[in-house]
Amino acid sequence: MRMLILIVAILAVLAAPLAAPWLQFVLTLAIAKGMAALGVAILLRAGLISIGHAMFFAASAYGVAFLAAGGISDFATLLVLSVVIASLAGALVGAFLVRYRAIFFAMLNLAVSMVFYALFAKMYGVTGGTDGMTIPVPTVFGMQLAEPAFKSVLFYGSVALAIVVGLAVRRYLDSPLGHALSAVHTNEVRLEYLGVPVWAVLLIAYIVSAALAGLGGAIGGFAIGRVVPDFAFWTASGHLVLVAVLGGIGGVPGAFIGALFLELLHSEATALTDAWNLIVGAALIGVIVFLPKGLYGLFARDEVAAK
Amino acid sequence: MNDIIPLVLDTLSSAALIFFAAVGLTLVFNVLRVLNVAHGSFYSIGAYVAASMCFFIASKHLNPYLSFLALLVSAVLVAVVLGPLIERTLIRWTYGKSEAVQILITFGLFLILEDAQRMVFGVQSFYEDTPMRLMGSTNIGGIVYLNYQLFLIAMAVVVLFGLRFLIKYSRLGRLVAAVVADREMAQSIGVDTGRIFVLAFSLGVFLAAFGGALAVPTSGVAPGLGADTMVLAFAVAAIGGLGQIEGAALAALIVALARVLAIYFEPSLDAVAPYAAMLVVLLVRPYGLFGTMTARRI
Amino acid sequence: MSKALLQVKDLRVEFNGVKAADGVSLDINEGEFLAIIGPNGSGKTTLLNLCTGYVKPKSGSIHLDGRAITGLMPRAITRRGVARAFQIPQLFSAQSVLDNMMLALAARDGLWTMIRPLGLSVRREEAVALLDLVGLRDDGNRVSRTLPEGHRKLLDIAIALALKPRLLLLDEPTSGVSTLERFTLMEALMSALRSRNITALFVEHDMDVVQRYASRVLVWNAGNIMAQGHPDAVFKDERVLKNVVGVA
Repeated sequence: MRMLILIVAILAVLAAPLAAPWLQFVLTLAIAKGMAALGVAILLRAGLISIGHAMFFAASAYGVAFLAAGGISDFATLLVLSVVIASLAGALVGAFLVRYRAIFFAMLNLAVSMVFYALFAKMYGVTGGTDGMTIPVPTVFGMQLAEPAFKSVLFYGSVALAIVVGLAVRRYLDSPLGHALSAVHTNEVRLEYLGVPVWAVLLIAYIVSAALAGLGGAIGGFAIGRVVPDFAFWTASGHLVLVAVLGGIGGVPGAFIGALFLELLHSEATALTDAWNLIVGAALIGVIVFLPKGLYGLFARDEVAAK
Repeated sequence: MNDIIPLVLDTLSSAALIFFAAVGLTLVFNVLRVLNVAHGSFYSIGAYVAASMCFFIASKHLNPYLSFLALLVSAVLVAVVLGPLIERTLIRWTYGKSEAVQILITFGLFLILEDAQRMVFGVQSFYEDTPMRLMGSTNIGGIVYLNYQLFLIAMAVVVLFGLRFLIKYSRLGRLVAAVVADREMAQSIGVDTGRIFVLAFSLGVFLAAFGGALAVPTSGVAPGLGADTMVLAFAVAAIGGLGQIEGAALAALIVALARVLAIYFEPSLDAVAPYAAMLVVLLVRPYGLFGTMTARRI
Repeated sequence: MSKALLQVKDLRVEFNGVKAADGVSLDINEGEFLAIIGPNGSGKTTLLNLCTGYVKPKSGSIHLDGRAITGLMPRAITRRGVARAFQIPQLFSAQSVLDNMMLALAARDGLWTMIRPLGLSVRREEAVALLDLVGLRDDGNRVSRTLPEGHRKLLDIAIALALKPRLLLLDEPTSGVSTLERFTLMEALMSALRSRNITALFVEHDMDVVQRYASRVLVWNAGNIMAQGHPDAVFKDERVLKNVVGVA
């Protein structure tokens, strides 16, 4: 039954741009952010909240811009390389951060992302400062497409990628490594006493989450045609956290549905955009306060020794 | 020597403001066991309110010395209005819940407060340096010092020792210490923990707002100040060890020194320097200079 | 005939000036079922913490099979074949009983797959067999948090057994387990240990259990060994009776 609903939903998404062409951009962006939020949601399984994941989204988009400027024009190559860049960045940052939990993890992610933001906004000569860099229309299988044609390719490609990635993440979460993530949250001591190096479990998760954010960032960059430091701003990370929390309730499709809902609201209710962060913040609090049951074991405290 | 003194003065006065930003965070964490991600917003709200009050004083041609009073009054105002309101509603709801929930709730609050400021105070920057001009400067041996810098340093020292005194010798301080040491025990001997929490939280809000107000004459206030301050405050609290007030003071000095050195020698690294300092400290001591990791009993 | 599996030499550790281990030396021989008895707070659990690397000793050494394991992390010591069951059960409380078991089995076999699911049928069968052993067969789908205390204890022991250790450290395995179930549990445990060739050390308060199952008893007091030997001999020792068993 769930499967059926999902298939109908996917078909509806695929057909939507035929009915309303402006939806194509919104949907592409929603998929991009949904992927990044899925990355944040993976860490959420381990009880870890990253308020900085937009940096990997941005890192990958900048990667595309730099590579394109360097002469690489193939769509698939750019996509793969940018995800590699985001993964490497994730490995680097993660190696330092996975020893931390709770508030330290959250705040250090925020700090690293703000350094990233400050550096990219300031290095005018290299990154174009706050103006950012353009991302040109790439070639697809050697063909130079017109922009509208490429945007369609991007959209349908993203839907396909979202399905593949969604299935892959589901498998991951159902594997021993995925279950070990929730185990980190519920009882790290026992996990150590099973002979499991917790840091490795978390580092893998961190790299996967950075790669997902990177894939989202590359798609988002292609869709917008430009990358600016604001991609990495902490409010962008905040939106990912909200979507990830929504996804925590709805499982893997939840992240995409949440992202879609937010993007539609954002593009439709322009009157709201001035208070957008306020809405996101209020929604985050509302979801946590009123719908806590679905959030895995996030609410369960560790069993602390009674004696 | 003539190079050293301005550097020292800049470091100390910068450390004073950073200390104000961080001390409330660490104090509140110490008592409530909640690290408030929205803490930086109180600093910027304090700054906005103080700047608005100073503008008002200037526009009505009131006695300019009133602007000193305005700095203090604005901080008190922010603390009295926002402190109890936020503690009694949102923060209280998170007691006893997992840290993940506390982070998400206070982060949501952070997003709300940042946008609320933008809606109330707009997106332009405010500069208002009446208090600094009134204090003038001193010329010793050919070097000009801003007296306001000395004032900032004095204020930070007063607050540091004031807090120490409050915690060590006052009745309230002893109650707070009891709550920190063992919450259940304190409750069982009749300490009104709810009152302690609201007081401690409001004091934290006051310290941050006062820091923001004091910062207005030197650096003004602009959108984004809250987020910058939050991360800086956390860096300081983390370097010093969460919950350690003296640690925060020392860490504020370290961060300020890193920042001032960056401004003197490599201005483009100004924003990065505090985090570089934090990184180095945390690599050596993962829970800060005075922080300890308590092992779980099994 | 039997050789020492675990050798502890002159171990010292203190917390805030209290000597929890004060120059302790002991050997655990292969095939033994060694009981540790002693008053509360005498440092018995600390000894287990030291042997598994949760607490680092101030001085002294620990050898497993003649190789030093002093100062290693718990995960490294676990991987060398030392498993532990806890006084307060350490479970993945939000997960089902079966998932707890399967995660332990997956950890033993190497966790490093993101593709094959946790619930492989081979793994599930082994998990069910272990749950059967401790009498939790019917509770597989319950969230482990909702188990009664005694059953959580059983699951904790089953998790340790799942690691196929060479040495199993049990911290009061029968506390929280009803008197009725106590001997059923011990019988099952003993047969599991024998059939799997597991050497065990257990901290225990129930003297009947100790007398019946231990092959050797260590009497612990104030951070050191006060007496040791066969249960029958130890329980005749005046000092032991007075200080530990509480019968004068």
